[in-house]
Amino acid sequence: KDKEEDESKEEDTCSQQNRAPGKKNYQSSDEKKAEEEGGQQRGKKAPTKEQKESENKERKTNKKGKEGENKQKQDRKNSTTSASSNSSDEESLSEEELEMLMEEVEQKKKLISTMRNKPWRMVKKLSVLREAQAFVEKFEGALGKGKGKKLYAYKMMMAKKWVKFKRDFDNFKTQCIPWEMKIKEVESHFGSSVASYFIFLRWMYGMNLVLFGLIFGLVIIPEVLMGMPYGSMPRKTVPRAEQATAMDFSVLWDFEGYIKYSALFYGYYNNQRTIGWLKYRLPMAYFMVGISVFGYSLMVVIRSMARNANESTADGDDDNFIFSWKMFTSWDYLIGNPETADNKFASITTSFKESIVDEQESNKDENIHLRRFLRVLANVLIICCLCGSGYLIYFVVKRSQTFSKMQNVGWYERNEVEIVMSLLGMFCPPLFETIAALENYHPRIGLKWQLGRIFALFLGNLYTFLLALMDDVNEKLAEEDAVKNITHWTLLGHYNSSVENSSIATPPPLDPADVPRGPCWETTVGIEFVRLTVSDILVTFITILVGDFIRACFVRFVNYCWCWDLEAGFPSYAEFDISGNVLGLVFNQGMIWMGSFYAPGLVGINVLRLLTSMYFQCWAVMSSNVPHERVFKASKSNNFYMGLLLLILFLSLLPVAYTIMSLPPSFDCGPFSGKKRMYEVIQETIELDFPLFVAKIFSYVANPGLIIPAILLMVLAIYYLNAVSEAYQRANAELKKKMQMQREEEKNKRNNKASTNPMLEDLEDLLTPSTKSESQPKQAEDKKTESSNRSSPVGKRGKAAAPGGSPMTGGRGAAFTPPPHMFVTQPPTLGVRAPYPGQPRPRGYPLGPVPGRGRGQPFY
Amino acid sequence: MGNKQTIFTQAQLDAYQDCTFFTRKEILRLFDRYRDLAPQLVPLDYTDKPAVTLPYELIGSMPELKDNPFRQRIAEVFSENGDGNMTLDDFLDMFSVLSEMAPRDLKAYYAFKIYDFNNDDYICKSDLEKTVNKLTRNELTPEEVNLVCDKVIYEADVDNDGKLSLEDFQHMIIRAPDFLSTFHIRI
Repeated sequence: KDKEEDESKEEDTCSQQNRAPGKKNYQSSDEKKAEEEGGQQRGKKAPTKEQKESENKERKTNKKGKEGENKQKQDRKNSTTSASSNSSDEESLSEEELEMLMEEVEQKKKLISTMRNKPWRMVKKLSVLREAQAFVEKFEGALGKGKGKKLYAYKMMMAKKWVKFKRDFDNFKTQCIPWEMKIKEVESHFGSSVASYFIFLRWMYGMNLVLFGLIFGLVIIPEVLMGMPYGSMPRKTVPRAEQATAMDFSVLWDFEGYIKYSALFYGYYNNQRTIGWLKYRLPMAYFMVGISVFGYSLMVVIRSMARNANESTADGDDDNFIFSWKMFTSWDYLIGNPETADNKFASITTSFKESIVDEQESNKDENIHLRRFLRVLANVLIICCLCGSGYLIYFVVKRSQTFSKMQNVGWYERNEVEIVMSLLGMFCPPLFETIAALENYHPRIGLKWQLGRIFALFLGNLYTFLLALMDDVNEKLAEEDAVKNITHWTLLGHYNSSVENSSIATPPPLDPADVPRGPCWETTVGIEFVRLTVSDILVTFITILVGDFIRACFVRFVNYCWCWDLEAGFPSYAEFDISGNVLGLVFNQGMIWMGSFYAPGLVGINVLRLLTSMYFQCWAVMSSNVPHERVFKASKSNNFYMGLLLLILFLSLLPVAYTIMSLPPSFDCGPFSGKKRMYEVIQETIELDFPLFVAKIFSYVANPGLIIPAILLMVLAIYYLNAVSEAYQRANAELKKKMQMQREEEKNKRNNKASTNPMLEDLEDLLTPSTKSESQPKQAEDKKTESSNRSSPVGKRGKAAAPGGSPMTGGRGAAFTPPPHMFVTQPPTLGVRAPYPGQPRPRGYPLGPVPGRGRGQPFY
Repeated sequence: MGNKQTIFTQAQLDAYQDCTFFTRKEILRLFDRYRDLAPQLVPLDYTDKPAVTLPYELIGSMPELKDNPFRQRIAEVFSENGDGNMTLDDFLDMFSVLSEMAPRDLKAYYAFKIYDFNNDDYICKSDLEKTVNKLTRNELTPEEVNLVCDKVIYEADVDNDGKLSLEDFQHMIIRAPDFLSTFHIRI
């Protein structure tokens, strides 16, 4: 037993040394052992050297790997010794050993958690895992001693439970991710780029679901359940004049009538401070939800951007590895469809050819002036287009305002704005594409330009729309003042008259439908956004149906009786327009963000839209699109999309913030009616519901004297962080340059060596012929003498063996005559040819200086 | 979760989850995929670890692999003895490495092995030529192939031995923007 203890101690000290940072060589030798063992386990064929290399790499990159190696080795030792020893001498473990053991257990645990990162065979992983687990199992209990024991055991148990819970939770989470198989199917047919759109769509759906939950749970449901019921007050009632047509479909379709006076829109909400038995502060909740919609979106977008940026490390110098990346990363392993694979092969071939051509004539500049002129021309044209479309929208919105004042206008007049915007969105991008053909950019750069232009178009349209809407709102505000007086007087008059008529009884209240009311600009804005969203949905779906599905059907079936091949020729099948679709999605989201404050139901509509478009587009893409010929890169563009989304988020935050901060809310509708500004709801809450000192603190904090320094501080912090990151970048670039230089240097050295090598060879060549010419005649002479010498009984054997000193060189000849004593020992069968004395000379060329010298020896 | 399964024991499933990047459901799904390849060969009970091996012809005919120009190499690299025949363990290993969750280093290591056609621990010029020809279906002329291979070696060969070692390869591939997204099979 003592011996065993000694052993275990020895082992401990050994492992201590292993871990001691100073003793590198110890470690490496241990590692090698472990690796060799690993190699053996993997099967003899697996070359250990390679593994060593990989392990080396691992050691450089993550230290964990090293620890794992160490432990693995110790583990193996343990498994031999510990089985009997440790169970028995638990009692005799000293503090130090305990610590050691603890550390070991920790390392084992780490190994277990990083097991999946090891490039080992599953069999090995499983066995190592089992050993490690057994080890942990065994020693965990032994670690805690005395009073700490129970706590330790408890902690371990909790940790185990926690791991299990986490795993179950992860399992649950992956089960909850929807459309995995659908996306996979699309991915295998169209490659990762098209799938990236659907993943983006899914992400968007998740985000909107959260927004939807926020708005529905905190605003709409409380108001519907606890607020005043429909018809109890003017803002919740359809006015008398509209009541006759309020249920007509055409009216509802325009979101007028009953829909306008429903919880979907801002105007429906009451300005009562608290509602229901919960004393729910609805106006406050409305305001906070409106803000947190933006806050949450910002957080999510920025977080996923940061994660994407983390994942794509070091994308800096693209020019260093053009061909290598093409070679090793261009095949998309996700492709599982022969047609896509064909396209991919073709596109890889073209891209190789393109880069070869680029490489061969990297600096050819034919007529740079013409190209410059064309590019300027194209940009001018596109700017004209953008301005034109902006003006068109402004014009149309203005006109629609005059239409809205007129009665009984046609369907077209009512929907003119949406139609024009959709048409512009449909026809401008192809127009831009045509113009961009003038510019002759590299396709990737061209795509960026194209995206930027479409983005500018959409943005311009949106903002023109907003400006026109602002005009509208201002008009409404002016109108409101007038109405306010009328309402006031009407109510006053009503009560006065009722007082006059019957002075005892309380007057019957005026029917809410009859109260004159203001225009409620918030609801108008909300309705505009909802309309825009709905028409956008319809246009998208119809475009897909007509542009993709009908076209595909036409091409497919009319092809049987047509003059030319429709499938290969002009119309052919449509490709999936990734960038257009993503931009559409991004802009749609921008409208949702902008509109959700004035139309809380808008997010619900958007959730429905995303849900249907997931299924619809999946179906459309699988049924009627063909894979791209030119595959748009997916991975890096992801952050590009996110950047667009962030920009849109910011831009949609601006108008909402403006209206909240500087426009007076309507006097008779919405949760903020009666206040001068919407944000006053916060001040009110603080003053009424919080103790006095909070209000005081708040008033101090809101003081410009504090806010301006805070902003200044933030600006300074940004400046500082920016400077730091720039410095890092510079250092990075410097290091990169250094590495490049080192590489060049090494290459040069290598080249020099390579150039000296031939020289040396030449020298040797110069030298060897002389030795050859010296040695060969001698050999011949040797042979002669030898063969003549050996006319003894051994001679025959010798003769037979002579040429084949080794069977390989047998052909080259007898020049390789081994030393004399070999003749005897050599088995005679090896020789094939008889040693003709004359034969060696013409075949003597491969003779190096060494055998020559060797042969020369007996002569000297 | 209610659905009881008897293919694996709980311990086996846990071990597999520790050794791969898959969750329980995915492991069972992979088992189903594996079994679908040859229902008559693969038993429905893996608790006593039957030594079943599926031939390469079956593995290579999976829809995920059948259009991949490197399918044979993938199967060879992940199979126990390098002939492309796979046990369930190998199968899980393969898709674990090719899953989305696998870290870059692990992927790079196996990618290197896949592109190292002659198993000599270096990607030499003949390996590169094979890769190019597989990628382009022999549509480049020999001169072009030669040029491309030279360029690749020129770009990526840090230690200038005329072939790419694992370090060279990792150094190059870690900077590639598309590597993670393309070296990936969703199952």
